[in-house]
Amino acid sequence: MPKTTTLGRVYVWEIPVRVYHWLNALCIVILCVTGYLIGAPIAIQRASEASFAYWFGKVRFIHFLFAYVFFFNFLFRLYWGWAGNRYASWRNFIPFRKRQWEEVKAVIAVDILQVDDQPIETIGHNAVAGFTYFFTFLAFLFQAITGFGLYAAMSKSWFPQLFAWIVPLMGGDFSVRQWHHVFMWFFILFSIVHVYLVFYHDYVEGRGEISSMGSGWKFIEKEYHPHMKEKTVAASKK
Amino acid sequence: MPTNSRPTIWEHAQDKGVSRRDFLAACAWMTALLGLPNESVAQVTKALETKPRIPVLWFHFQECTCCSESFIRSSHPGVADIILDKISLDYTETLMAASGKQAEDALHDTMTKYKGEYLMLVEGSIPTGANGVYCCIGGRTALDIAREAAAGAKALVAWGSCASNGCVQNAKPNPTKATPIHELISGVPIIKVPGCPPIAEVMTGTIVHLLTFDRIPQVDGLGRPKAFYSRRVHDTCYRRPNYDAGLFVNSFDDENAKRGYCLYKMGCRGPVTYNSCGVMRWNGGTSFPIQSGHGCIGCSEGNFWDNGPFYHHLPNFPGFGIETTADDLGLKLGAATLVGIGAHAISTNIRKHRLLKEERETSEVVQDGRAEQGGS
Repeated sequence: MPKTTTLGRVYVWEIPVRVYHWLNALCIVILCVTGYLIGAPIAIQRASEASFAYWFGKVRFIHFLFAYVFFFNFLFRLYWGWAGNRYASWRNFIPFRKRQWEEVKAVIAVDILQVDDQPIETIGHNAVAGFTYFFTFLAFLFQAITGFGLYAAMSKSWFPQLFAWIVPLMGGDFSVRQWHHVFMWFFILFSIVHVYLVFYHDYVEGRGEISSMGSGWKFIEKEYHPHMKEKTVAASKK
Repeated sequence: MPTNSRPTIWEHAQDKGVSRRDFLAACAWMTALLGLPNESVAQVTKALETKPRIPVLWFHFQECTCCSESFIRSSHPGVADIILDKISLDYTETLMAASGKQAEDALHDTMTKYKGEYLMLVEGSIPTGANGVYCCIGGRTALDIAREAAAGAKALVAWGSCASNGCVQNAKPNPTKATPIHELISGVPIIKVPGCPPIAEVMTGTIVHLLTFDRIPQVDGLGRPKAFYSRRVHDTCYRRPNYDAGLFVNSFDDENAKRGYCLYKMGCRGPVTYNSCGVMRWNGGTSFPIQSGHGCIGCSEGNFWDNGPFYHHLPNFPGFGIETTADDLGLKLGAATLVGIGAHAISTNIRKHRLLKEERETSEVVQDGRAEQGGS
């Protein structure tokens, strides 16, 4: 008689986490597209006078607007790292416990090198994902600082001035702009890998990885989570 | 105070036969140059009536003298003369009549007699490689001379990009270890007036400020006078409306270039360069690079030689050869990532094949205690 695995629903991603995630995704897409356009604008051959058009100004305005949304959304997520549930906790993002490092090794063996088939027990972020997000948070911070630092010179508002110190630190607008641009590619590469891995996990583990960021629920093998609600939806024999 | 025994600027001007009317006109010019309101003319006049000419030592180290060339072309009527009359230029290698021992004596006299009062102007960077032998004057290294002079200076003005941030001789591989002055000298206020060269009126304006108010002008985070360096060339560029409208020059001989569209895509550094070119312009307000159809090369910004090429907006990415920008690199990394993902997806279907098959075949829905075979 093979072992029976019972799957149960676990509420992993609370509404604030989901809203943060999709707002963040929207911001990143818009900021990358507008940011790339600002770096390499499409040259329009037109006979009109400059006073009749403002499209590049609008592209830049959208970039600045979503930069604010992105930054405050990020700050909110940091706050939710303390206020949210165990899966949203800041502890997931820094592997300072032995168990997390063991999981890092296991994830590398199972999901990256694929030399092992042992199931990964984590319900929220696995240790590798969590640690990767830690670095994305650093990249968020870097983009926010360099972006607002560049913006400070053209703004009279007090808020961007809080970041003006980065310009002398990096030796001038030119290098700040250069690195702000380089980090855009980090976001693009991250997004490609992130979307792929979500599909991968859903495909291999069947826990509802993709839909979890819409509904909040994941389907977890009961043996890893004995206290989950008695709401069995499926079982599989092994 | 020993300074009281010296004639004031007004007294000195009278000796030279300058009329009161001309003197007041000069004061009004200076006020305008500093960007001050009309009411400040009296303040400037008072300063020039009561202050003696400030002794100035102007040093030339690793430089091409373009700063001096620019300075002597300060072209608002009579400004160059006024400035040369208002300061007592006691030592400067390129303009003084004296040479050899006489010149060295003049330098020494000023340093001892006006210790703590003279103004030190430095044109050029200072080489620190091979114990500084790449720039020696009178048998002494530039660093040695600068240290001695700075010890008794009231303030130090770093003329041009060489003294402010190293300029071309500081570009990679920097064989002489050319170093901007602020990295070698401390303990004296340093004002940076970058540019290759700086605009003449910016140079005279900085000196006039020091002269009139007896203190260093307000400077930004990089030590540049805010009056002249607080705005980007981009912000004051007359082609700016084209930028906002998305009207760009694509190549130097296209129709858009003839129309005078924005040079952003031609690598113009206006958006990252802080200078007054768009406002004061050059050669008496005649023109500036963008007006002449060429993008700004960012000559007043640090590292501008290494941030090339001048005609590309993105610089070459260090370590990846010539003509490789962050975008080239990003696209290649993106392609590599997609290849990696593809390989991983294929690998997943091979390595996890048995696991996935097993899961599919054994999954079943439990309903009323009866199990239905899944996998359909």
